[in-house]
Amino acid sequence: MPKTMTAMDEFAVKLARFVIAKRWLVIFATLLATVAVTYGGQYLQMSNNYRDFFSESNPELRAFEEFQDTYTKNDNFFFTIVPESGDVFNNKTMAMVEELTERAWQVPFSLRVDSITNFQHTWSEEDDLIVEDLVKGAEAMTAEELAEKSQIALTEPLLKNQLVSRDGRAISVNVVLQYPQLSPFEAPEAAAFVRALRDDLLEKYEGHKIYITGVSMLNMAFQEAGMADVTTMIPFMYVLLLVLMAVTVRSVAGTVVTLLMIAFASMIGMGAAGYYGVALTPIAMSAPTIILTLAIADAVHILITMRNGMKEGMTKHDAIIEAVRVNFLAVMITSLTTAIGFLALNFSDAPPFWHLGNISAVGIVAAWLMSVTFLPAMMSMLPARAPKKAQTTGESFFGKLADFVVAHNKKLFYGIGLGAVLLISAVPQIEFNDQWTEYFDESIEFRRDADDSTEYFGFYPIEFSVQSTGEGGVSEPEFLQKLDEFTEFLRAQPNVTHVYSLTDIMKRLNRNMHSDDASWYRLPDDRELSAQYLLLYELSLPYGLDLNDRINIDKSATRVTATLTNTSTLETKVFLDAARGWIANNAPDYMQTTVPTSAQVMFTYVAERNVESMILGNIIAIVAIGIVMMFALKSARLGALSMIPNGLPIVVAFGAWALMVGTVGFSVAAVASVSLGIVVDDTVHFLAKYVRGIREKGYDRAGAIKYAFETVGTALVVNTVVLVIGFAYLATSHFKMNADMGLLTALAITFALIFDFLFLPALMLRGSGKMFAGQNKDSDGVEKNVQTQAAE
Amino acid sequence: MFKHKLQNNVTAALVATVMGVAALSPAFAGEAEDKGFEIAARSDRSDLGFKSSEVTAVMTLINAAGKTSTREMYFKTLEKENEEVGDKSLTVFETPRDVEGTALLSHAKILEADDQWLFLPALKRVKRISSTNKSGPFVGSEFAFEDFTSTELNKYDYKFVGEDTFDGMKVDVVERFPRYENSGYVRQVALVDQEVYQVRKIDFYDRKDALLKTLMLKDYREYEGGVWRAHTLEMVNHQTGKSTTLTYSDYRFGTGLEDKDFVKGVLKRVR
Repeated sequence: MPKTMTAMDEFAVKLARFVIAKRWLVIFATLLATVAVTYGGQYLQMSNNYRDFFSESNPELRAFEEFQDTYTKNDNFFFTIVPESGDVFNNKTMAMVEELTERAWQVPFSLRVDSITNFQHTWSEEDDLIVEDLVKGAEAMTAEELAEKSQIALTEPLLKNQLVSRDGRAISVNVVLQYPQLSPFEAPEAAAFVRALRDDLLEKYEGHKIYITGVSMLNMAFQEAGMADVTTMIPFMYVLLLVLMAVTVRSVAGTVVTLLMIAFASMIGMGAAGYYGVALTPIAMSAPTIILTLAIADAVHILITMRNGMKEGMTKHDAIIEAVRVNFLAVMITSLTTAIGFLALNFSDAPPFWHLGNISAVGIVAAWLMSVTFLPAMMSMLPARAPKKAQTTGESFFGKLADFVVAHNKKLFYGIGLGAVLLISAVPQIEFNDQWTEYFDESIEFRRDADDSTEYFGFYPIEFSVQSTGEGGVSEPEFLQKLDEFTEFLRAQPNVTHVYSLTDIMKRLNRNMHSDDASWYRLPDDRELSAQYLLLYELSLPYGLDLNDRINIDKSATRVTATLTNTSTLETKVFLDAARGWIANNAPDYMQTTVPTSAQVMFTYVAERNVESMILGNIIAIVAIGIVMMFALKSARLGALSMIPNGLPIVVAFGAWALMVGTVGFSVAAVASVSLGIVVDDTVHFLAKYVRGIREKGYDRAGAIKYAFETVGTALVVNTVVLVIGFAYLATSHFKMNADMGLLTALAITFALIFDFLFLPALMLRGSGKMFAGQNKDSDGVEKNVQTQAAE
Repeated sequence: MFKHKLQNNVTAALVATVMGVAALSPAFAGEAEDKGFEIAARSDRSDLGFKSSEVTAVMTLINAAGKTSTREMYFKTLEKENEEVGDKSLTVFETPRDVEGTALLSHAKILEADDQWLFLPALKRVKRISSTNKSGPFVGSEFAFEDFTSTELNKYDYKFVGEDTFDGMKVDVVERFPRYENSGYVRQVALVDQEVYQVRKIDFYDRKDALLKTLMLKDYREYEGGVWRAHTLEMVNHQTGKSTTLTYSDYRFGTGLEDKDFVKGVLKRVR
């Protein structure tokens, strides 16, 4: 064995002896550290703001924040009301909307409430301009009055398809909110209020359905999905852990200690996040599941070795020391590489992935440290019986597998290589889709309500701040003309359900000012006239229904809102590109700065933003892990070579996903980092044993491969099964990003095992022996360490 | 401590009530209500007797991003005849240029919609605005028209809350509750100084009783006849982060304006 290995072994033995001797101190210190770090958990908050998915430097977020500073915030509740009678223009439904509109002003943090009942209907009578609520006193309206209101509402461009569906089957109330953002309980408070309001109205007005959507409900859904995950997934993971321990370790004491160790590691990870002041998203909340999955491996390796040692007749303390010594290096390297992979998530653009990465990395490191301190200390105290010596079964399964791989190495090399190439060629077919509603499964109320609401109304607003020549420029006839063309263009686009534009207001006012003569329903052709119309209109509007959210303060720009129906990210991109194209080709110079913005725009590009930034992060992680591998294997060439079985399974998993599923949310950007560190573990274990086989045992390549199979085959399979179950279980998350990430990672880990068992050995047998044998000729100290190999 | 003081004030109000001051406010019997009304009435009446006034004003609007925009206007006001009706006012816009010469004539009402006529120079027509809305933003600012025009005593019900100090002054804290059904406010909290009885600060609470806006009235100056006027009014909207500053230049009082200067017909001639 090389010198440093010996030094490492010596250190491990010293550490184990110290830990056993001072076990009370170690246990006490572990508890103290755990309590101290976990104390930070009190600062943890649940995120209920979709903005938490975007970093401060995200260009789409910045554009949208600027937009909102100019106009108004875009948080809202959108009530969709559907009467069973099939037509909303009846006394009961109208009275319901009137009451909802009135009571919605009581929603905490509400700024504005819009519905057809409080729509400011303008009309003229001689020289009077009358401005009034479109519907008032609905309960007592006659059939003629209702018919008149229906006619007005269904021809008014500001209402049709936004506040009442074109067929009159559904009606809506939109509540705009502005949260002070001083407390994490603001959104839940408002959501609780609107839900109670909904229940109250449903009871009072039978025969109606109410669906609540909007950004505020989306924000609540993030929190509720996270909570649902925590309450269902974490208990399952602990049950899984118990089962696994029962199967592999078969020791009550070992199971209890592992349970404690993993719970502590999770608590430390989350506690550290608390000190850091993290707002927990469903993504970050999958960290405990991930820590648990990864931490089991450390414990299982050590406990199995200890058990085998005792089986061979060692005393408990000797078996513990031996288990620490044999596993020390491998556990350290796998923990470090996994932590590096997770830390690479910090290159993501999305803060939830930073949190996931950092919490997991802290938990992984904590689990590693405990596995070589707390775990042996506890085991040295607890009773453990020596298992009966098992009869050895002739040629093992892995021995046969090794023979098979060696015999068919050429076929395997080219077969798997070809398969990999085919799957990789499918990768470009992956389509990103980040529709908010589909982030949630049907168990989340928001998803169900959104699905129902989109049958009647659009869902995704896209905002434009259309610039004019300067102060007061929105009244310029040329500007209004262009704005009108742009509005018409937007209305003609597929998937657009509604466009809110100043031009509709100007046309209506012009008509009102000319005795409601329909031929005057056109844009004023005089700048002063338009400006004075606006002044008149503003003077007549009530509290909360002003134009301040539509025209900026110096009247140099106005806001156009296009609402899209439930539209895929790809279709949204087509729309956005078309809008940009129209502006580039048709808009005058001063209008060229007009860009689409909104939460939907942010989500549309979130995949690109994250994939771009994660590519760099992953490259850095691969290099860092490669360096660790070079040191671990004591071979620069083997270290570099290891990147093939490390990197390939991930890319191949993407290819398989492209063929099986096709679409993926932006969480895919995290998959490479999450799986990289884990995939590396298999390679580390396999190559380490291969190198040992050649350097210490003096085997040829085929022999070394067989040695590696026989020594780590079982452990790798057990490990992979644990990891695949753990990550696959993330697929049951109520949050699609977690589900995608979990499934893809499980897929990558499975491929990794296939590559390590079937492709890596074949790769070793290709090319020159020297290339893959490592620098074994100069190694010394082989003999004295032969007896100290990891137990089979 | 505060409560004790409040008790004393309530007692004082009670005494005043017994002595017949309650006659000023026949509708309310509560002690705090009476005292609140008394303070408001004293403040309001301290400014009476100016007959008519003229003043120019600059409004500076500031949005949440810190961008600003200004409007200039000229106000003429004719004092109300009695407390059952409101002042008459004429607002003439000077800038932005697009609205220059646009004139708004308003006959304020106490419990009904104000009568309002607007002259649009570009249309060369006077339009009467029929709207029940009083609390909407004035020309895109954070002020409603009713926020900066004269406070009519009978527009509100009052309640005395207590005493406080504000900006080095001893002030009475009075809650006022709009009696107009279409008001956008559920209540206002006004601070009235105890020395010259002027309103120094008003907090406006929206329909859900959340703090909406705060108005600071600064730079008070005394004119002939003991009439006080604030020259800087700063309104901050706490919910949107927008604000507006209204700055008055020197007032002129008793300029000889009469009822005939506040009729629809004059609008076309104001330019």
